[in-house]
Amino acid sequence: MADLRVTVAGVDFSNPLIAASGTFGFGREYNEFYSLSVLGGISSKGITLKERLGNPPPRIAEAPGCMLNAIGLQNPGVDYFIQHDLPWLKQQGTVVIANIAGNTPEEYCAMAEKLSHTDVDMLEMNISCPNVKEGGVQFGTSCMGVEQITAAVRRHCTKPLMVKLSPNVTDIGDIAAAAEAGGADAISMINTLTGMRIDIQTRRPIIRNNTGGVSGPSLLPIAVRMIWQAYQRVKIPIVGMGGISSWKDAVELMLAGSTALQIGTVFFSNPYAPIEITEGLNRYLDENGIASVTELTGQMIPWEN
Amino acid sequence: MKFDVKTCRIISKQNIAADTYDFTLFADKLAQLAQPGQFVHIQVPGKTLRRPISICDADKENGTLRIVFQIRGEGTEILSRLKPDDTMNILAPLGHGYEIKDTAKKVLLAGGGIGVPPLLYLAKQYGANATVLLGFRSKDFVILEQDFLQAGCRVIVATDDGTYGHHGMVTDCIDGLAFEEMFACGPEPMLKALAQVANRRGTPLQVSLEERMACGVGACLGCACKTKREETQDETYSHVCKDGPVFDYRKIVF
Repeated sequence: MADLRVTVAGVDFSNPLIAASGTFGFGREYNEFYSLSVLGGISSKGITLKERLGNPPPRIAEAPGCMLNAIGLQNPGVDYFIQHDLPWLKQQGTVVIANIAGNTPEEYCAMAEKLSHTDVDMLEMNISCPNVKEGGVQFGTSCMGVEQITAAVRRHCTKPLMVKLSPNVTDIGDIAAAAEAGGADAISMINTLTGMRIDIQTRRPIIRNNTGGVSGPSLLPIAVRMIWQAYQRVKIPIVGMGGISSWKDAVELMLAGSTALQIGTVFFSNPYAPIEITEGLNRYLDENGIASVTELTGQMIPWEN
Repeated sequence: MKFDVKTCRIISKQNIAADTYDFTLFADKLAQLAQPGQFVHIQVPGKTLRRPISICDADKENGTLRIVFQIRGEGTEILSRLKPDDTMNILAPLGHGYEIKDTAKKVLLAGGGIGVPPLLYLAKQYGANATVLLGFRSKDFVILEQDFLQAGCRVIVATDDGTYGHHGMVTDCIDGLAFEEMFACGPEPMLKALAQVANRRGTPLQVSLEERMACGVGACLGCACKTKREETQDETYSHVCKDGPVFDYRKIVF
């Protein structure tokens, strides 16, 4: 048995696998399959200051090796989360991360303040949601925007603060560095890539929001590249995600520079994925004589060109 | 356990109408959990998302589930090529099915096209107390008529083009029928017309909805449908996979 424990921004995880925000609700549904303690952590569905109803349907489309979604941050609001979901989540034996999204910097700060007074373990700031009209990704696509909002939320947040980065940018390294400069304790990446599909009979986009966020196995190589680029620019830990569907993908993202990982879309085809990936990781580490999963982080050997 | 993932052997397969396939799977304990109106979420080799297919019938004793689906796209096309002794990986039984209160009551079941299959397992609970209205595009698409007759139900078939049964809509056939409750699954115009009947007669109506779906268990919030909150009547979004697929029609914003 290799040691699967990892630490991100001072928070200890029993293994590197964290359920990615938006794919796992507030955990109750997948608790029907297994104890949530099989996961190192859970990042909650994106929470906003007030309740949001989300986008009109259809919200989902499929494409080869991936899917698109435009849920539009449907959630009951931060106060409801703190009252009804957080106490339950905290009893499940896993790290609880609150994913927050705002329309304005003031909203992010207000949520950070409220959550700082709870026993949530960590905050993940979503400045990369592509599916809402205001806020979200608009803060996440310029270095100045990322640094300013991170610094602002940092001042209102006493919890470890992770910033979730958008891949819809020209230079992910610059963006990662901006988050670090703003005072982030960790970064998580990558959120979905913006995409679109069209019904060729009706000539309408399949998704009612027109565009949606692309996720799933085909994102893996993009995530590997971007994590590698970010890893070279920042000292803070990277929580890597994008297209993980097997333990091999998990190893790749660790080697590219991840300290921990998030898995998401794979839940939809295989609810038991976290158990299978953890077992596979363990086997890989044992077979290669690696004592701790932390020894993988950033250990890819790039070609000298 | 409410539901689980299982790799099921295909026991039988039949092409029962144009582009329409009838599969029976050995689902063991999952068949015993199945309620009328629930669905199975099927993994499709090579696809990122599962495909939700309604449960047509369940044999608790033999542990089998029957599903009937039409080829709608690549996913269902791939599933339709599977053969007996191949396997299907299912996540089942999912969703909130039809609520059955009193099977001694006279009920009306109305199905349109590929909305017909989920009504069979329900009809079997009511037997001779069920009148079943089945609507199809044309004679080539008529399915499950014999199964409903074998369940002891009274069956009325309608086709859009008049090639079989009544020429017109299932809703044309309702006047003069006596029933205390209605159950439906089919295209939205049919459900809307039935909602008007329910309003006029003051009869309860449960409808089964369809939406593009991802997780199937209520976590991702992808399969939204517009509904009214019970307390305030404000509009909100419910989810077909967990809150439905079957809803009280008064909750739906058509």
